[in-house]
Amino acid sequence: MNGFPLLSIVLWLPTLGALLLLLVPRDNIAAQRWLALLTSLVTFAASLPLYFGFNLGSPGFQFAESLAWIDTWGINYSLSLDGVSLWLVLLTTFLTPISLVATWVSVHKDFRMFQVLMLLLETAMIGVFVAQDLFLFYIFWEFTLIPMALLIGIWGSTNRVHAAVKFFLYTFAGSVFMLVSIIALYLLNSSATGVATFDFDVIQKNIASGVLAIDPVWARALFLGFFVAFAIKVPLWPFHTWLPLAHTEAPTVGSVILAGVMLKLGGYGMIRFCLQLFPEAANWAAPAIGVLAVIGILYGALVSFAQTDMKKLVAYSSVSHLGFVVLGIFALTPQGVSGAILQMVNHGLSTGALFLIVGYIYERRHTREMADFGGLWKVMPIYGGLALAMVMSSVGLPGLNGFIGEFSILQGTWLSPTLGWGFVLPSVFGVIFAATYLLRMFRLTFMGELDKPENAELSDITPLEIGMLVALLIPIVAIGFYPNFMFEPMQPSVQAITDSLTNVLAAGR
Amino acid sequence: MPEQIPIPSIDFAVILQLIIVFGWGTLLLLIDFAVPTGRKHITGWLAAAGLVVAAIVGIPYWNSSTSTFNDMIRLDNYALTFNWIFLTVGVLTILISLEYLSRHKIERGEFYSILLFAIGGMMLLAQGTDLIVLFLGLELLSISLYVLVGFSAARFPSEEASMKYLIVGAFAAGFLVFGIALTYGATGLSNLAAIAAKVADPSFSAEDQLLMLAGGALLLIGFGYKIAMAPFHMWTPDVYEGAPTPVTAFMSAGTKAAGFAALTRVLLVALGPQYEVWSIVVAVLAAITMIFGNIAAVAQLNVKRMLAYSSIGHAGYILLGLLSANARGIESILVYLAAYTFTAIGAFAVLIALEQQGEEAWNLTDFAGLWGRHPFLAIAMAICMFSMAGVPPTFGFVAKFDVFTAAWQAGYTWLVLIAVITSAVAAFFYLRIVVQMFMKEPVREVPAEVGRGLSVGIGLAALGVVVLGILPTPVIEIARQSVQLLGQ
Repeated sequence: MNGFPLLSIVLWLPTLGALLLLLVPRDNIAAQRWLALLTSLVTFAASLPLYFGFNLGSPGFQFAESLAWIDTWGINYSLSLDGVSLWLVLLTTFLTPISLVATWVSVHKDFRMFQVLMLLLETAMIGVFVAQDLFLFYIFWEFTLIPMALLIGIWGSTNRVHAAVKFFLYTFAGSVFMLVSIIALYLLNSSATGVATFDFDVIQKNIASGVLAIDPVWARALFLGFFVAFAIKVPLWPFHTWLPLAHTEAPTVGSVILAGVMLKLGGYGMIRFCLQLFPEAANWAAPAIGVLAVIGILYGALVSFAQTDMKKLVAYSSVSHLGFVVLGIFALTPQGVSGAILQMVNHGLSTGALFLIVGYIYERRHTREMADFGGLWKVMPIYGGLALAMVMSSVGLPGLNGFIGEFSILQGTWLSPTLGWGFVLPSVFGVIFAATYLLRMFRLTFMGELDKPENAELSDITPLEIGMLVALLIPIVAIGFYPNFMFEPMQPSVQAITDSLTNVLAAGR
Repeated sequence: MPEQIPIPSIDFAVILQLIIVFGWGTLLLLIDFAVPTGRKHITGWLAAAGLVVAAIVGIPYWNSSTSTFNDMIRLDNYALTFNWIFLTVGVLTILISLEYLSRHKIERGEFYSILLFAIGGMMLLAQGTDLIVLFLGLELLSISLYVLVGFSAARFPSEEASMKYLIVGAFAAGFLVFGIALTYGATGLSNLAAIAAKVADPSFSAEDQLLMLAGGALLLIGFGYKIAMAPFHMWTPDVYEGAPTPVTAFMSAGTKAAGFAALTRVLLVALGPQYEVWSIVVAVLAAITMIFGNIAAVAQLNVKRMLAYSSIGHAGYILLGLLSANARGIESILVYLAAYTFTAIGAFAVLIALEQQGEEAWNLTDFAGLWGRHPFLAIAMAICMFSMAGVPPTFGFVAKFDVFTAAWQAGYTWLVLIAVITSAVAAFFYLRIVVQMFMKEPVREVPAEVGRGLSVGIGLAALGVVVLGILPTPVIEIARQSVQLLGQ
């Protein structure tokens, strides 16, 4: 069971880097930059074998490793990876170096601490995706809150404290219900099988085989316990109110990581726990959740359209885009779920890029109001071109990644026995609205007359900034043209999940 | 010729730790004469050394359950583990009080002796298997604490706190003795195991059952005062605020542990057969305790008072473990108290570092910008705050997890839900301090003095919280093997 501990290496390298960073003297900014970047690049390199060594035919968990931890309680240090988590881990290890490079231009105080927190956050986020033990999962889940809250609260804008506190408390409140569900599940499993364990694989197999038969009412209660925590994290309307505040007040890099990876923890949790452990409850709740998702799509889009602050616009667009993700997950079809996973990766790339774009202009002009801009394309053509590419990706232009994800989700929803075309029609409006608000943002900022003298003096973005956007553009285009390389590893795992869901449906519940 | 009263055989091994603590405390009073004024911290280090010796002496007695004094005092794993907790509390308290006493001009050697007597009283509460011994331990502890609370006599709040504690404590002792009297009236016994056997006996009449329950209720009230269970918690904020901060730390962790040690034995052994009757009462009291303690703390801007109210909340969580009445429950009580020891003493220790003589730096704004001024204190405080809130990977989280699991397993689902909701509420005021330290600019100049003892104390506490949060297995194992409460 314990092969080469690749997952542990990927997981703990960032923390090792963070600890080494603490030894670097506070004023040696250059050393801090390179040490942090090197750590994250090595982590990314270490995570690539996860893709290349991935067994494409197997639906189960791979790269598994396990160490006894708190044996008396049945808690182990268990890590593993499957088709659902593979791309999310790679997204994390890919986005972190880019974010760290972005700190070189945007973080001006307490540089070392920022890097340390980013690396610790990376470990925590990877940990959520690879933890196979429920207790370990919860620890990493909660641990993401501390660095993120500090990142928002120390380096953010004027209302940063309020944003950080709201983020922490709202998310924490949701996760305590998940803790209760985990405890309840553990106790149910141990009384049903006599073996006290927190191992997800064991519990899931017990549920699937019927050894652990949970009373339907209890299953729905446990499902809701997990779901609340994930719904707040995603965020699903109406649990989204922390997000616009957190995104707007966070520093640029904080927003990139928050939108890029942190929100995906919720989507991952929904697939892993809500769908895999409680198929009947997922089926029961799917229509209601679908409605919430559709409302989120439309609400997020409409509110985005009303924004004058670019960062807030992108923040609300996250609510809209992630509404699609939740819709895809609870379509409960292979196309829906794999589309959702792909869209999570897409959103990470494109919205991360959009936040970087907003950050670049903010660094120069210290304002994010679209009214202060106009005609930027004339003075900053490269910036404009790359921004257009990222906007198009977020809109879902065919040829870029966003289209593939949205199309899969909509197809999955149409084919879904629980949701169906009634949910697709409003969502399509959401796609149209996305184009509306994003293109409006682009028009107001980049096109039109260059009537403000401050804007005329701006120089184009630096090679470093160009590099970051190009680095994000490459996978965006690659996924858009050849998405199969993304879908291939997902298929067996997603198929297994949706098969068990259809079995439950067929069993006539 | 008058009848000779047979002296019971005394197994000194059982009371060896007690002898060391009490004896060394007495000796220190004499040794203290030789210690020059101004160097009284020597007495402190000697006292700490004595505590360490007492802890080590207990190790050979692991996994042996022996009693003495006619089965009135027992040394089993349960008592031994609690003794170790008390001794840890004691050592940490001494470490953080060494410079505090001289800085606030209250440095007297008797402080350490009285502290040792208090610890001895706590140990009696853990080792006592007879109501009389429990009363003896309680009184020893209380009287020592009355003096310790009033130690900063120059400060009026300290005197006031001492008086309040004395009067409330007298009431509590009164309730306790009345409870013992009723229990004796019902059963004719004061030994816990014998009472349990008598009550479980089918021939125990209904009137005696009622009398027993009345006695049990009064015992609950008596101990409830000590552990700050609602509605007997009113004294806590004022006494905690008025006492010298090291004593507050001591009370918060040690007295709570001692109270629970005794209460657990009384409720689960002596009143064990009547569990169905009293469990609902205690459950409701636990709920009120958790709710009140955590909600009242939200409004506090005085950090010391906030910690006092939060300690009421924590007593509520430990009651969950007691209610579970299964092995997991008792294990969780021990784990929680061990976690709370490190967490609470660490938090109060940081408060001590910020306190200056005559000035009480307990206002929330005094923490502002602490990260920039004293990163060590800020990180230690943050660790302790997250541990109190129950955020992983701290020891406080492991403890909360254990208590919730035990309570859910025993079927108290509603109570666990209340517990997690109040935990979420509590996160608010714990986070508030973290926010002040890391995200705000300093409001006024608050110099911090961190002497050697204090930094060792803070370091040990914070390290304990983190290391035991990641690798809690040793503590859990010890706790798991300490759940036998007199042949339950």
